[in-house]
Amino acid sequence: MSTEKTYAEINEKIKNGKAVVMTAEELIAFVEEKGFSRATQEVDVVTTGTFSPMCSSGAFLNFGHSEPRIRMQRVWLNDIEAYAGLAAVDAYIGATQVPEHDPLNSNYPGEFKYGGGHLLQELVERKRVKLKAVSYGTDCYPRQEIETSFTIDEINEAILFNPRNAYQNYNCAVNLSSRTIYTYMGVLKPNLSNAHYCSAGQLSPLLKDPYFKTIGIGTRIFLGGGVGYVAWNGTQHFPSIQKDSTGRELGPAGGTLALIGDLKQMNSQWLRGASFLGYGATLAVGIGLPIPILNEEITNFAAAKDKDLYAPIVDYSDAYPNRKPGNLGFVSYAELKTGEILVNGKKVPAAPLSSYPGAKKIAGTLKQWISDGTFLITEPVKLLPNFNDQITANALKS
Amino acid sequence: MAPERIVLRFTPDTTEKPVIYRLVKDYDLVINILKANINPQKEGTLVLELTGEKYQQGIEYLRQEGVLVQPLIEGITRNEQLCTMCGGCTDICPTRALYIERPSMEVFFNDDKCIVCQLCVKACPMHAMEVRF
Repeated sequence: MSTEKTYAEINEKIKNGKAVVMTAEELIAFVEEKGFSRATQEVDVVTTGTFSPMCSSGAFLNFGHSEPRIRMQRVWLNDIEAYAGLAAVDAYIGATQVPEHDPLNSNYPGEFKYGGGHLLQELVERKRVKLKAVSYGTDCYPRQEIETSFTIDEINEAILFNPRNAYQNYNCAVNLSSRTIYTYMGVLKPNLSNAHYCSAGQLSPLLKDPYFKTIGIGTRIFLGGGVGYVAWNGTQHFPSIQKDSTGRELGPAGGTLALIGDLKQMNSQWLRGASFLGYGATLAVGIGLPIPILNEEITNFAAAKDKDLYAPIVDYSDAYPNRKPGNLGFVSYAELKTGEILVNGKKVPAAPLSSYPGAKKIAGTLKQWISDGTFLITEPVKLLPNFNDQITANALKS
Repeated sequence: MAPERIVLRFTPDTTEKPVIYRLVKDYDLVINILKANINPQKEGTLVLELTGEKYQQGIEYLRQEGVLVQPLIEGITRNEQLCTMCGGCTDICPTRALYIERPSMEVFFNDDKCIVCQLCVKACPMHAMEVRF
């Protein structure tokens, strides 16, 4: 009879210190040796990880009130504007926001040495941050400006809320033009001279649950070194199964997650400001998701290997910026990880932007938390839309 | 006259020009090659000591030929605290001084191979590669 387990049964084992927990890498080796059905019987939870720049990240802050009160119409933190079109003393600081008077790309390629991502890192490092706010003054909020400073422990709430993280899969970026280009996929050398990819492949969370059978609203996760939750599907959540020109299925792509967690319990090992030359500032976020092994189908997905998972090769000099459909073919993560791939018949050096050692460490840490009995798995309140929902991207009219 | 220490960077177009020969023949410069490298993409780097009265004219000639001339700084170091081992530098580094060990995918820096071109310094999203003067 095929194995079926419930979330409650697995949690009972976790509480008793009896759960068998493996990283996705370890599951692959286990399945190779003992097969899918033994793995399904013996393994309770598989942990995944990813550590990579994720631009759609930021935090809601509530600063507390001053005397007299100010509504805070506009807010700057270390000269970086946070969005304050909310109730008094609430603001959202985004990872890609840059300081007022940053030279941007005026001296191309711009360096973007400091931005919202770096500020978020300083907040979790408990560094003191300058706060400036202005307002128009009302009867209930008479104050019109304030300049002060704070640390994360001195404000009421700091809630990391990332609307689009943990991309299921990502493009392998190349440059077919004759000049160097500076992109969010790093520096791409001219004439197809390098390729950048950005996924942990066989360790990456959403590649291991391609049909969103276990990941949903409320799933407890590793986020930024602390505990977080899946809040919703991410923006631009278009789950699909890739196919090449012959119709061969090449693994999942397109899913994203919106994540939430208390910033005060995260740390800067896994929330790190980053800068992309000529592109902008961002935040590298460490994320780990547990996948409960409820049945053999979930084991099959969770044991997918780098050689079964593919990235589309996309030209970032023309096809991507001009939104031209199609790609230059697909390449497996096993091929990408060798450091050299074949594109248009040419051998091209390939490098990752997502830290595989980081992903491995996160999956290992989450495994430890679950094994210690301190981290229970959660049955989602609601599962996320999946491939069968056939969600497609809308485009702006211009 | 003390020798000047400089770094020359060549694009694939300029790699094949006999610039060293010209520096000796036309500008009467004494040349000591400290490091030289051409990568598979035909991008080249030379670290030189140059001595001679026509040093400035020699440098001007190199620039006209499209060779990038930079002063030699002592070296590049990797700040291990800042490096996340993403690997994004490894195909930017022309000499593979920054490289990935497989299958662990850990990133290492071999400064013996480093020709101080500084491409990694700007390309590293974490600003982990630092210039040491």
